[in-house]
Amino acid sequence: MSFTFQHAAQFTEVQASDPRIAKIGAAIRQYQRRQDSLIQILHLAQEIFGYLPVNVLRYIGRELKIPPSRVYGVVTFYHFFSLKPKAEHSVVVCTGTACYVKGAQSILDHLERKFGIRPGMVTPDNKVGLEQARCLGACGLAPAVVIDDKVVAKATPEEISAMIQNKVGAAS
Amino acid sequence: MNLEKLNEIAQAARRKRAGLKNKVCVCAGAGCLSSGALEVLDATQKAVREAGLEKDVQVVPVGCMGACNQGPLVKMEAEDTVYQKVAAGRAGQIVEKHLRNRSLVDDLLLFSDSGAKEKASRELPFYKRQVKVVLENCGEINPEEIEDYIAHDGYRALEKVLTSMSREEVIGELKESGLRGRGGAGFPAGLKWEMVYKYVSDEKYVICNGDEGDPGAFMDRSVLEGDPHRILEGMAIAGYAVGANKGYAYVRGEYPLAIKRLEIAIKQAKKLGLLGQRIFETDFNFDVEVRIGAGAFVCGEETALIASIEGKRGVPRPRPPYPAESGLRGKPTLINNVETFANIAPVLRRGADWFKSIGTPKSPGTKVFALAGKIANTGLIEVPMGMTLREILFDIGGGIPGGKRFKAAQTGGPSGGCIPEQHLDVRVDYESLVGLGSIMGSGGLIVMDESSCMVDVARYFTEFCMDESCGKCIPCRVGTTQLHHLLSKICNGQGTMQDLELLEELAPYVKEASLCGLGQNAPNPLISTLRYFRDEYLAHIVDKKCPAGVCKTASLTGVR
Repeated sequence: MSFTFQHAAQFTEVQASDPRIAKIGAAIRQYQRRQDSLIQILHLAQEIFGYLPVNVLRYIGRELKIPPSRVYGVVTFYHFFSLKPKAEHSVVVCTGTACYVKGAQSILDHLERKFGIRPGMVTPDNKVGLEQARCLGACGLAPAVVIDDKVVAKATPEEISAMIQNKVGAAS
Repeated sequence: MNLEKLNEIAQAARRKRAGLKNKVCVCAGAGCLSSGALEVLDATQKAVREAGLEKDVQVVPVGCMGACNQGPLVKMEAEDTVYQKVAAGRAGQIVEKHLRNRSLVDDLLLFSDSGAKEKASRELPFYKRQVKVVLENCGEINPEEIEDYIAHDGYRALEKVLTSMSREEVIGELKESGLRGRGGAGFPAGLKWEMVYKYVSDEKYVICNGDEGDPGAFMDRSVLEGDPHRILEGMAIAGYAVGANKGYAYVRGEYPLAIKRLEIAIKQAKKLGLLGQRIFETDFNFDVEVRIGAGAFVCGEETALIASIEGKRGVPRPRPPYPAESGLRGKPTLINNVETFANIAPVLRRGADWFKSIGTPKSPGTKVFALAGKIANTGLIEVPMGMTLREILFDIGGGIPGGKRFKAAQTGGPSGGCIPEQHLDVRVDYESLVGLGSIMGSGGLIVMDESSCMVDVARYFTEFCMDESCGKCIPCRVGTTQLHHLLSKICNGQGTMQDLELLEELAPYVKEASLCGLGQNAPNPLISTLRYFRDEYLAHIVDKKCPAGVCKTASLTGVR
């Protein structure tokens, strides 16, 4: 994981007066600072910040008395957690077996050709981030794509690319 | 809480229903929600109010009804009529025609677009052949109302167990029933419970494995979303039997609705004293906490799941010691799958003999399958064990759409194998599927037709295992990477006969030397497709052709 200057703010200490930090602190106390609550706390932090900034991870580690190396280890182990800020809009293409069999790959191929993004990448203007999901459990709707938490059932490449075009705006 | 109060709640709920002329059930399972079920629910409620029927008709959200690709589904309970693909704009018409004028909205009848004329859903081939034990309440009750569950005999098994059975009797009944773990391996549940029961410890735990990671499987999700109290009841019974006071329900982070409904259910059960201290006025205390997974397939493996609950990286460890001896925090721990827990209450309420009357002698009971892929009726079904694959796919599933030819059914996800056409008449139970080189698995059933390339399917599953390997043991970490590399070469038209030999040599090593089930089963899709579709491999290698036209053999030059 590499960091550029735009992420530098992450390295300053968090402020306990920040209401977002206060919320995390309250949850940590609710779990009685038990170390096994780490993953639950990380879930909460990501919900609040949209991703897991490094200074927030340091704060959580300190509060739970877990070394930063272990917190980092847990964060990078699970797909759910992200160390990078998310793009404005998220597009998740399900590549579970049912969706794969029904053409999820052709959607990904199409998006790569059209917008030059592969799963894990964001458009240069940081508007749209593309991810792939292992299985959303919406196999009856295959292929499924989730755009900003809304499920598009039986998606076609053209439909998805038109919807993304809408989000990006006429600029690109 | 005692039996009397339980009966009171049940009767009050039933009286409420009896006072109504009809109940409109709007499917609020994940599939229907994605196709706009919430709007349909609102529109129907509004239409009922506007028609002045709100005293006679209740509109409720319910769990998954099974026919997921026909959603949103709306069921009229009195007539057992199900309407499909209901747009919010047509709710008014349904209320007017069906509820007021007592006639049918013909063009919305379930499966009417494929020629079905049956008015009652139970008469439709899709439902007729199903036997519902695990899903008996799914699509019937409001999952967010505990009273509804209680009115459907909910928490009766827990009451019976706590007030009239010893712990040994509960385990004895479960052993007698022959219920086998529904997570995939099919280990007898009663034996597992007995093992945990026998270990002496000041603290024991019960864990419900809801980390349904197999792509193409959504059985556990539907049960958790449609009937969450059933899981809590099963877990509490397990806690009593093995001597645990604390339970964890580990649910995938990808299932926010299941998590929400389970949390609501826990709150409601605690409020009524069905969880917590002195349940049913006995000395038994039991609490359940939800733990949210964070997206790691390997966490479906029990030791990895335990590590994850402990807040660590979800990395498996060697067994023995098994979790029954040393599990969560080093204490004896019972881990069962969601569907296994869903079977517990019915088994104890209705007895082992009733349970054994369903299914086959060696695999009693039912199995929930998630039908997906190239099949007409994708969705959720429950069938007795021992039904043939042909019956499941063609009678219930409606066969392959578009006049295409069936090629294979894939069971068990990335750990399973495929079953080709010549074995369609296999009776689906644990042993028969293993005999064909596949596994029962947790219940994902993906259908492939002639337009699916089996080499590509093997590559897809191997890539999945490679990505999901936790990296702890070398046979899995390096082995799956090499298998994937070789398979990609073949898919890209650059494979040689030597590569095929190498694949066949490497697969057994990965299988035998890997630490946990992920690696041990990772070569299964490869081995099974090689067994039945060797000609497709040869076509890629020798003729440089993909018979199904999936792999872009000619155009690609580099290995992906």
